[in-house]
Formats: sequence, structure tokens, C-alpha cells
Amino acid sequence: MTSGILVYAETSDSRIHPVSFELLGKAREIAEKLGLEVWSVIIGFDVKDRAKELIYYGADKVYVYDSEHLKDFNVLTYKDILVDLVKEIDPEIFLIGATPLGRSLAPRVAAALDTGLTADCTDLRVDEEGNLIQIRPAFTGNILAHIKTTSKPIMSTIRYKVMPMPKRDESRKGEIVIKNPPEKIDTRIKSLGRISKRTVNIADAEVIVSGGRGLKNKEDLKMLEELAKLLGGVLGVSRPLVDEGWIAKEHQVGFSGNTVKPKLYIACGISGSPQHLAGMRDSQIIVAINIDPSAPIFRHADYGVVGDLYEVVPKLISMIKRIKGVSGS
Amino acid sequence: MSGKGLRIVVLIKQVPDIEKVRFDVETGRIDRSSAPAETNPFDLHALEAAVQLKEKLGGSITVISMGPRQAESSLRDALARGADRAILLTDKRLAGADTIATSRALAAAIRKLGGFDLILCGEKTVDGDTGQVGPEVAEVLDIPHVAYVCEIREVTDDKITVVSDMGDKYLYEVKLPALLTVTRELNTPRLPTLRDVLKARKKQIEIWDADALAQYEDPDRFGIKGSKTIVMKVVIPGVEHRKGIIFRGEDAAEKLLEVLKEGGFVKP
Repeated sequence: MTSGILVYAETSDSRIHPVSFELLGKAREIAEKLGLEVWSVIIGFDVKDRAKELIYYGADKVYVYDSEHLKDFNVLTYKDILVDLVKEIDPEIFLIGATPLGRSLAPRVAAALDTGLTADCTDLRVDEEGNLIQIRPAFTGNILAHIKTTSKPIMSTIRYKVMPMPKRDESRKGEIVIKNPPEKIDTRIKSLGRISKRTVNIADAEVIVSGGRGLKNKEDLKMLEELAKLLGGVLGVSRPLVDEGWIAKEHQVGFSGNTVKPKLYIACGISGSPQHLAGMRDSQIIVAINIDPSAPIFRHADYGVVGDLYEVVPKLISMIKRIKGVSGS
Repeated sequence: MSGKGLRIVVLIKQVPDIEKVRFDVETGRIDRSSAPAETNPFDLHALEAAVQLKEKLGGSITVISMGPRQAESSLRDALARGADRAILLTDKRLAGADTIATSRALAAAIRKLGGFDLILCGEKTVDGDTGQVGPEVAEVLDIPHVAYVCEIREVTDDKITVVSDMGDKYLYEVKLPALLTVTRELNTPRLPTLRDVLKARKKQIEIWDADALAQYEDPDRFGIKGSKTIVMKVVIPGVEHRKGIIFRGEDAAEKLLEVLKEGGFVKP
């Protein structure tokens, strides 16, 4: 029997997180090289109908655990399911998205299976000898480590938006295996539900205009937000502004905030600390506006404006408004 | 919770000050000698949470770290910040551990303590960046965990209620004993006073080696020997190839606007 690469399909509100599709694409590529199949597992409530989506994106076989009591994420119950499944189907490789949920779940599964786990990978390669090499940033994004796992299955969590999204192909065929969900959930953890939803998903934004210590007042964030909106984007900030309590963490770009990869990143009054660079260095086009010509951010920018953001940004806003035909200042 | 209040364990790691580490692009070497060591910033929030819980509910705080002898200074700092007891796991046989081997050593040390109600640690470290050790320790000890805790709402005799920041925020009620990994928003760590620092100097830091843990875990599962992942090589990316075009002066904004227009970001 051909072995496989197992991909965990993360769900929330019965929807599949897009990172799962990206992982299927990468799994497909590695599977071709190593002569393996691509398997996926989905856990949740009302997720049965979603299984075929996983096939369209590259899975040959999908294991489904669908039950009302699996609706809320319970790390212990989900872990038990995955550990049992891995023991049963014996995959060579097991990939999980490096989302907050994945980063909480994967280490438990790896520890229970007593296998190696590589966190937060940005690339996977197969070397000449057929070994899987996992590539991940460490030291706050300053180095890239190439890691090999000596146990089985090889487990890695992989960052969202680092692998290309594969094409959805409705003509793909695959097998859906409905598994019996566990009768009881682990009651040591009780989910009391979602208490707040983030209002901005900065990781998905195509344009981000960010502010940092160069801002004098909390109110000045509105100016950057206006520029962001005019460019079809969202507002980001560096860590000090979140620490100051000016804005919620969901806007924070950086090592302890969100990793982003927009088409356009405009850093206003941000010096460019390693902790900030770790969160935005993979942006397609980076623009820096800073009054200090020696700010490190300029070394990482495609375009830099050495100048006062309080002059440059309002000017930009009014010029863009003119082009867009928006009335007002 | 026992009659003695909450028995809290805090896991901390000493890391290099990441702003000062030098990375050699040519040789792929990480030069830590230029960087002073400090406690992983995330862990200070875990320790602060422990101190606040102890202030409210009574109990004890034990801090455990694994690392070279010099990590004593981080433990000394933790004592000054309010920990009652500090233990350093240090031994050649513990060195070179990946996250799973690290977790087995830490879990063995926690078992050796005899009993605990709550384990706290930072969501990740600034050097390893994995965030895996917390949940792995919980699995080895077979206790529940909640990651990315940004608020502790309530602690009762046998339960703790916390908010977990997973992008959206979720409320969880967890049976004790449990492990929490915490985010920086949970609190603002207080600095120790000079008196606290002086008092901490007199306290003993306990040193445990692999033999001290052998009753609780097979020492073959510690250190390099117990690791399942191997770092094949380290690549230090040079500064990315960026255009580096700088605009200055009066018409800088205009020039930038042209760039944005060319990129298709300004649509009429």
C-alpha cells in the first residue's frame, strides 16, 4: 500500500482555513517526488460537505470526523483523534498550518507520537537522497535553519501565505472516508465560546500602511488609516503603539504580532527593529517614510522618502483624493 | 488547589538580546558574544502573572530553567521579581535538545517537585521562535493547556477561566492542573526593587543534572540523544534585494505617488 502525506484541514465555523489548501498544494508537489499519496483529515461539525473541496485542491483521500460535539476546538479531543488516525494510517509526513490553532495542536500531537516537529516552516524541499528538508526562520527571523527529522511521521507546521495557492480542480477524484467521531470529548477543557471577533485580518491585506514611534498622537493614526483606505488597504502598527494602548494587537505587524506579506507595505515613522522586520520583510514592495535617513528600515525598502511623515502623508492623501475625485481636503 | 494556595511553576529561558546579536552572512555564524543575555521577554509576562495570582490567592512560585550555568542570572532575576524557589537544569546530557527533548527534561523536573496546580510560560522565545515547548510539556504531563492566554478571568479550587487570543478571542474553562502559554498583553511586568534584588542575592539556586531527573524520565530522551530533529545548516539571509531608491526634498511625495500609480495602487 502506498503511504502518504497527511494534511490537517483546519476549520472554523465549518469553513476551511485557506492555509490548508496551500499545504495540499505543497504536499502534492512533494508526493510526486517521493511517490506518496496526499491524504487530508478534517474535524468539526457540518464539515462533511467540505471534504470534496480538499480533493479539488489535491487530496487523494480525506478522513472526516463530523459531529456536533466537535464543533468547538478542544485541543485534547482533537489531539486524540489525530494521534489515533496517524497510528492507523501511518503517514510518512504530517503537515499542519502554523496558525494559532495549529501551533497549539501540533506540539501535543508530536509529543504524544514521540516524533519530531518543526515549527513555522516557510519552505519544504526534498534533497538528493530523498530526505525532506524543512526550512524555518529563527532568531526573530534573522536566520533560516534547514532541519531534518529522524523520526516518523515527519511533522511540520507551515506558515500561512508562504506556499502558493494551488488551482481548484473540480474534475479531481478522490476517496472520502467517514470516520466514527469519539463518543465523548475531553471535559478537562471546556470552550465557553468566542467572545470577540477580530475586526481586521491584517494577514490577508494586499496593502498595509503602518505607523510607528514617529507618530506623536494616537489621533494621528486616523491619517494613516485614511491613506490605507484610499489605497484599498488596512492600518498596521509597530509594537510600541500597541504597548502604549493606542490600538488593538490585531493591527500589530512584527514578531510578536502578525506576519504579513502584502503587495504594498508603507512604513511611516517606523525605524525598522528586527522584531518589526520579522513581520513584514517578505512584502512585495516596501516603502519607508522616515525623517531619520539612518533608520534601518531604509535598508529594507524599495522606495524611501526621507522626510517628515506629517508633511508627506497629508500631501499624498490630498493628491490621491484629487485623482480619485474625492471631495474634501 | 491544595490548602496551601496555588502551587505555580513558571518555565523561563535565557536568550541573547536579539537586537544585539550579530549574524555573519558569509559564514552563517551567530555571534552571541556581543549580545548580553536576558530572560526571554515573553517569559517575564508569565512570571508577572504568577506573582499576581500569588498575591491574590496565596501559594508558591517555582521557576525552572534549562540551560548553561550562566542562566542562573535569569533565575536570580526571577527570584527578585517574586519567585520563591529557582531550579536550573544544567548538564552536558541535557544540551543540544530540540523542543521534544527539552519538554521531557522540563516535565521530569516538574514531576520531581511532587505536585503543582498551574504551569505558566511565554508563548514563544525570541531565539528558537517555536512556541512548542509549552504544549509539549503539557502533553508529556498529560494535563490540559491553553495557548496564547491574554487574560486570566477567574481561578477557583479546581478550575481556571482564561481568554485565548487565537486571532478571534475564545473563553476557556480548564481543569487544574493545567498549563498556560501567555501573550505580552496579559500584563505589564513590574521591575524588581533594589531591596528585592538584594534579597534575591542571598537565595539559593538549586542545580539539577540529568541524574536528578532519571527517576522521572529516561535520560536517553534528553539532550541531543533524545532529539528527533537535526539542524543540517543555518543560512543567514543577506539584506534582501530591494531597490533602495530614496526620494528627498520638496517633490518627494509626488515621486512616491508616481510609484504608487505605476504599481496600480491608485485607481481613479
